[in-house]
Amino acid sequence: MIPELGQIALIIALMLAGLQGILPLIGAHRGDSAMMQVARPAAVAQFGFVAVAFGILTTAFVTNDFTLEYVATNSNTALPVMFRVAAVWGAHEGSMLLWILILSIWTVAVAVGSKSLPEHVAARVIGVLGLLSVGTLAFTLFTSNPFLRLDLAPIDGRDLNPLLQDPALVIHPPMLYVGYVGLSVAFAFAIAAMLSGELDRQWARWTRPWTTAAWLFLTLGIALGSWWAYYELGWGGWWFWDPVENASFMPWLAATALFHSLAVTETRGLFKSWTLLLAIMAFSLSLLGTFLVRSGVLVSVHAFASDPTRGYFILGFLFVVITSALALYAWRAPSLDTQAGFEPTARETFLLLNNVLLVVAATLILIGTLYPLIIEHLGLGKVSVGPDVFELVFIIPMLPLTFLIGLGMHSSWRTGNLAAVWRRYRWIALGSVALAVVTPWVLYGKLMLMTVVGITAGIWVILASLVEPARAVFGKTRITRAQIGMHLAHLGVGLFTVGATVVSSFGLEADRAVRNGESLAISGYEFTFDGLSDGVGPNYTARRGAFTVTRDGREVAQLRPEKRSYTTQVSEMTEAGIHATLARDLFVAMGDDLGDGAWSVRVQYKPMIRLIWLGALIMAFGGLVAMTDARYRVAKRKAVATPVTAEA
Amino acid sequence: MTPKQQRMLSVGLLIGGLVVVSALSIGAFRENTGFYFELDQVAGGETPVDRAFRVGGLVKEGSLERAPGSLELEFTLTDTVNELVVAYTGVLPDLFRDGQGIIARGQLDERGRFIAEEVLAKHDENYMPPEVADSLARQGYQPADSE
Repeated sequence: MIPELGQIALIIALMLAGLQGILPLIGAHRGDSAMMQVARPAAVAQFGFVAVAFGILTTAFVTNDFTLEYVATNSNTALPVMFRVAAVWGAHEGSMLLWILILSIWTVAVAVGSKSLPEHVAARVIGVLGLLSVGTLAFTLFTSNPFLRLDLAPIDGRDLNPLLQDPALVIHPPMLYVGYVGLSVAFAFAIAAMLSGELDRQWARWTRPWTTAAWLFLTLGIALGSWWAYYELGWGGWWFWDPVENASFMPWLAATALFHSLAVTETRGLFKSWTLLLAIMAFSLSLLGTFLVRSGVLVSVHAFASDPTRGYFILGFLFVVITSALALYAWRAPSLDTQAGFEPTARETFLLLNNVLLVVAATLILIGTLYPLIIEHLGLGKVSVGPDVFELVFIIPMLPLTFLIGLGMHSSWRTGNLAAVWRRYRWIALGSVALAVVTPWVLYGKLMLMTVVGITAGIWVILASLVEPARAVFGKTRITRAQIGMHLAHLGVGLFTVGATVVSSFGLEADRAVRNGESLAISGYEFTFDGLSDGVGPNYTARRGAFTVTRDGREVAQLRPEKRSYTTQVSEMTEAGIHATLARDLFVAMGDDLGDGAWSVRVQYKPMIRLIWLGALIMAFGGLVAMTDARYRVAKRKAVATPVTAEA
Repeated sequence: MTPKQQRMLSVGLLIGGLVVVSALSIGAFRENTGFYFELDQVAGGETPVDRAFRVGGLVKEGSLERAPGSLELEFTLTDTVNELVVAYTGVLPDLFRDGQGIIARGQLDERGRFIAEEVLAKHDENYMPPEVADSLARQGYQPADSE
């Protein structure tokens, strides 16, 4: 009976979302305050019913209710409770429900946080979010209902896919979804602005913290995914340009461009229509990502069983969202732009370059991701685009961008002062080149042109982002939270760049056969195989390898990789043994029993790989600091006093 | 900059960006994409001789053989009609086993063996890569584990 209540809750939520989507928009159009006031209560009630549905599904997992097909397929009585909860979003139906829950949480956050906004703006934003809820709720109810019953309940479930039985499953998908879905808020603000025909600096000030919030969660989600893919054997390492990775990365690039463009709109009132376009693009790309992942049209690590109905539904939804947004854009955007001058070397130009380069990068990745689909549908055969292609087309726009960061962040609005910036920062620039030559040579004894260029870019950004905060610490200048946030985020970019360059230039990996007592060496580290022991987990048995790693005869680490056999799904999983420091990771994973007492193992030496995730963390933290800047709070108070002009 | 110059700058940058994008992507994709072939195409000699490509199929029951104590191994891919012997040196992916759908990337040697540089089995167990599922369906094979 209870699971049926979950389904009923979703149906009620769908109807509430319909109210929330339609009445406030009509109300805002007519200037009817009563209709606009439906928005907030409808949003809160919708959230309530979605939360009930989500709670019921979670309870079904925790209490092992195998009468539900979704639970029976993705859980098992022996599965630890933590994974039973995470198994809710371990497959398609439940992850759609998570998506809906997060959308309704964002909507409630907007409903609460928009009290100071003019009534018609808040009504439109919440209304657009309501329409998006209608789409996703309908999708779930009609094509992906997690509450379907089995006629004959099995005694035990088929268990969660062992590949997913990892602590990262608990946190990675929710983070990523909070980011993906959060972009719908920026999208809703953009649609609201176009509907009302009012887009001023105040609008950018409202939209900016929401965009930054979504972006910071997306950053964390992607970084967690990258970390997970790194330690899971056979997922291609920290970044593999897998379609699903690309699907999360394209909206990230667009969102990054968006909040830089919002900075110009807020400060100077420029780039308005471009900002709107980016807001549409960022959210469309996150929907496209969902389509690519959920429809199974592309070969990927994460691909799910393909179901054409789902694919068509999402494609239809995507089509409606994008075409209506772009039609509105074509109609309204030209009248919104204001003109103001700036010099060619002013900050505006750097932000314009930032936007162009980020959009170029996102477009190239989009083309690369869709290329196999296009070729196949043209009947030209089946192809795949490999990581080396993506790396090449990604570096071409991103490398110049990284160099420009240091200049852009120190240039001033409106008037160019490039000569002054250069005079001030030339020693830092030269210092970065010197460090970039010396560091790899001393640490790794090798020099390659692209390595030096990459490290130079990274160190240049790191040093350039430390200058202003350092001056502020010594009391030579004042610095706002927004500026601290910006410098922190750029510091993260620099650390990431150094880490990514070093690990791709000097990282090593090798597959070897090794017997008990034998050792193998990689980059000066000696891995000795000390033998195997047996272990037992809640739903698996394990063979545990013991490795001692030494360098110059001194012990560095003990590694304990595992080969697990999951009993229910009869599959083997490898858990790598990793020893991590900021300077390098040592990695060993067990392959197969080769007979003769020999095992195949994969060993890796990954220098500075931690900087990649540390950089991402610092970027996200910078976003957090920036969005708590005082002016966003002041802006809200001021907004109340501003008289609201009703829409024409 | 005056508004007019500004607009020209934006438009210029955008057009420049798009030109670079198209040029790069056409060049890069033409050079570096890997083609996928089915086992009947391999048997029919349609595959390139001088460059790497991908093949897909099921691991034939009991076909995995290892050179004792080394990483060299061989297995047979099948679509239930055609077969192809694949040679590989290295650690196999976690999901590799008999009956599993596999994609391998590499080249044919002069004896008609497929020398794989990479072996992928990237999917959960109710799922088969679309390419493999397509070619199997063409041979009239229905996966047994569908729900």
